[in-house]
Amino acid sequence: MGLEAKLMSDGFLTTTIDALVGWARESSVWPMPMGISCCGIEMMAVAGPKYDIARFGSEVMRFTPRQCDVMLVAGTVTYKMSHVVKKIYDQMPDPKWVIAMGVCTSTGGMYRSYSVVQGIDHFLPVDIYLAGCPPRPDNLLNALMLIQDKIKNTKAREFQNIPLLEPVKVNGN
Amino acid sequence: MEKLTKDDVHPSIVKALLDQETNITFEDALENEMILNMGPQHPATHGVLRVLLRLDGETIVAAVPDLGYLHRGYEKMAENMSFYEFIPHTDRLDYISPPANNTAFCLAVEKLYGIEAPLRAQYIRMIMTELARITSHLVAVGSLAMDVGALTVFLWCLREREKVLNSYDIICGARFTTSYTRIGGVAADMPDEAIVIIKDFIAQFEEKLDEAERLLNTNRIFVERLEGVGVISGEEAINMGLTGPNLRGSGIDHDLRRANPYMLYDQMDFKVPVYNEGDSLARYFVRADELRESCKIILQCLDKMPKGEIMLNSPKKVLPRKTEIYTKMEELIHDFMIVNFGVKPPVGDIYSAVENPKGELGFYIVSKGEGHPWKMKIRSPSFCNLQSLGGLIKGHMISDVVAIIGSLDPVMGEADK
Amino acid sequence: MEIKDKIVPLLQEQFPETNFEVTDFRGDLKIKFDASLIVPVGNFLKQHDELKFNMCEDVTAVDWATKKKRFTIIYHIYSLENKFRLRLACDVEENHPHIESVVPVWKSANWYERETYDMYGIKFDNHPDLRRMYMPEEYEYYPLRKEYPLMGIPGDLTLPKK
Repeated sequence: MGLEAKLMSDGFLTTTIDALVGWARESSVWPMPMGISCCGIEMMAVAGPKYDIARFGSEVMRFTPRQCDVMLVAGTVTYKMSHVVKKIYDQMPDPKWVIAMGVCTSTGGMYRSYSVVQGIDHFLPVDIYLAGCPPRPDNLLNALMLIQDKIKNTKAREFQNIPLLEPVKVNGN
Repeated sequence: MEKLTKDDVHPSIVKALLDQETNITFEDALENEMILNMGPQHPATHGVLRVLLRLDGETIVAAVPDLGYLHRGYEKMAENMSFYEFIPHTDRLDYISPPANNTAFCLAVEKLYGIEAPLRAQYIRMIMTELARITSHLVAVGSLAMDVGALTVFLWCLREREKVLNSYDIICGARFTTSYTRIGGVAADMPDEAIVIIKDFIAQFEEKLDEAERLLNTNRIFVERLEGVGVISGEEAINMGLTGPNLRGSGIDHDLRRANPYMLYDQMDFKVPVYNEGDSLARYFVRADELRESCKIILQCLDKMPKGEIMLNSPKKVLPRKTEIYTKMEELIHDFMIVNFGVKPPVGDIYSAVENPKGELGFYIVSKGEGHPWKMKIRSPSFCNLQSLGGLIKGHMISDVVAIIGSLDPVMGEADK
Repeated sequence: MEIKDKIVPLLQEQFPETNFEVTDFRGDLKIKFDASLIVPVGNFLKQHDELKFNMCEDVTAVDWATKKKRFTIIYHIYSLENKFRLRLACDVEENHPHIESVVPVWKSANWYERETYDMYGIKFDNHPDLRRMYMPEEYEYYPLRKEYPLMGIPGDLTLPKK
């Protein structure tokens, strides 16, 4: 059997709650596939058999925002679409992360034109900017791993803006 | 689901939906007809298509597609850049078959310049176009199957598609958006390694395709969800301007590769599959058959492909080779002029159309004798095919909508431009 | 006699008083005529027994950025029987640009005309449903007109609040 068999009958591990929650969170990042254009096809390829996003616990592509942790904005966001993206982002439960996949999502890229938003950070907080037009699927996996690192190292209180307790000062030396 | 209010839908769209007298209201949905918003973020609308449905119970009374969520202003951008600069943009038109778009654009510009690519380049272009057709139809068949509930086929189709993308990777260094063709030829020669990969792929593809078809063609759910759904007659299909597999699914034997042969398609031996039913299932069958025909064309091209030049030798019109730019003064000057100011074509306007996987992709270019087009219109097949959507889904159930959209196989990058 | 040589004489016979300006560049036949005749000419080309231009492939416009005859409306029509493509062109003026809609002739022109309206602001008279195609309904400008800048006019399209 596994680790538990090696332990004595009522074995235990010590850890912090944050580490445990972070570990649980990072290994089941459910993406919200916001496939808008070309990058959406590469996102499909990541879900496909060759790159297999399931290895990272993210194969559960949920098309409803209510069940998602990370939004993959894959493709050119136009002004008309930006309202939709924002609406979907707002519906995702906290804590949530955003990957801007591809240059046209990150900066407008090759689309210097009247209808394209020059970077989704004009209206969304973005965690990872992913280069490439479109990025190769391996690159998206890399972004996912970076997000996992970020999730792992984030303390739970940071999501809720609770300040750290003041350390108790011992008076009188 | 959030309640749709009147503010969410623009009054003119509502007006288009309510083209006849009805007792529709937004608030009290159960008592009346109802308006349902589908998309633009919906897994089965193939991108960012938005369809507003007017429902009576679950039956669709009227449907109005709303486009423009991926309108990137291609035609405006094309007016502000040289012909060379626009080649990478054509990749992102129909982003499931980039090499086919590259070829279509380069053929249009070559028609304007009055030049023709060398023989080997034309064969390479044909091979790439047909590979693109394979990838496109694989995604089309796979996602159609996924839309009606068969996820396995989707994964199998993606697996086969990856094999084609591997060969792109070796031929031009990019696995997806290739930007492979140049005006007057192709960017790089096709290495022997790639030819081996393509041959290997085709050798095993037939069997894999049979396997996938066995899952679909004998699957009662798949067949019954598509048969007789979204029927369009041949005459109506012509009236609505359908092209490509959607037109051939309605019994019209029209393929630009046959009708107005370009490149070397007149020397190729292939069938144009035509089905007469005009329903979603027929459109699926056309695509499945075209996969096999494409393999046949590729094999013939590989057999006939001669050795030789891949870029036209026409210094004032075609970019010189990099090795020559670094060693010869004249080539350096030509390269500088072409890259900075573009090649000056004669004054006039041309329209060049090719048979893309989705249908007829045409470029209408107006030139005023400058290095950039005065006007460029992209006649995209998905846009025209989508036009029939409103009529096709009328009278069907909500669940049929995804099947019909899947069988029309629109790509929004191309439809919205 | 090829189809290409037949079209113009047939048209001239049917419309004797009209001036048909014919250009043939790189094998593309283009016929330019008065804008008021687009529907009768279209009907004739579609219903003629030999020509049968039954498919309208594209409708677009060209902005020449000139004072007179600023826009040219371009129609690409295709004859499935003859496997031949024809281009029709009609000039319209800058001030209230409008032309009769060809939707009664070719149904598929519906969306193409909407797109042209969206991009150039050309009104198609008697169009069944003339709305914007791509840009939001309340948008004020016509992006493909030459005076419209590539990057748009600041503030013409809204972004959601951060």
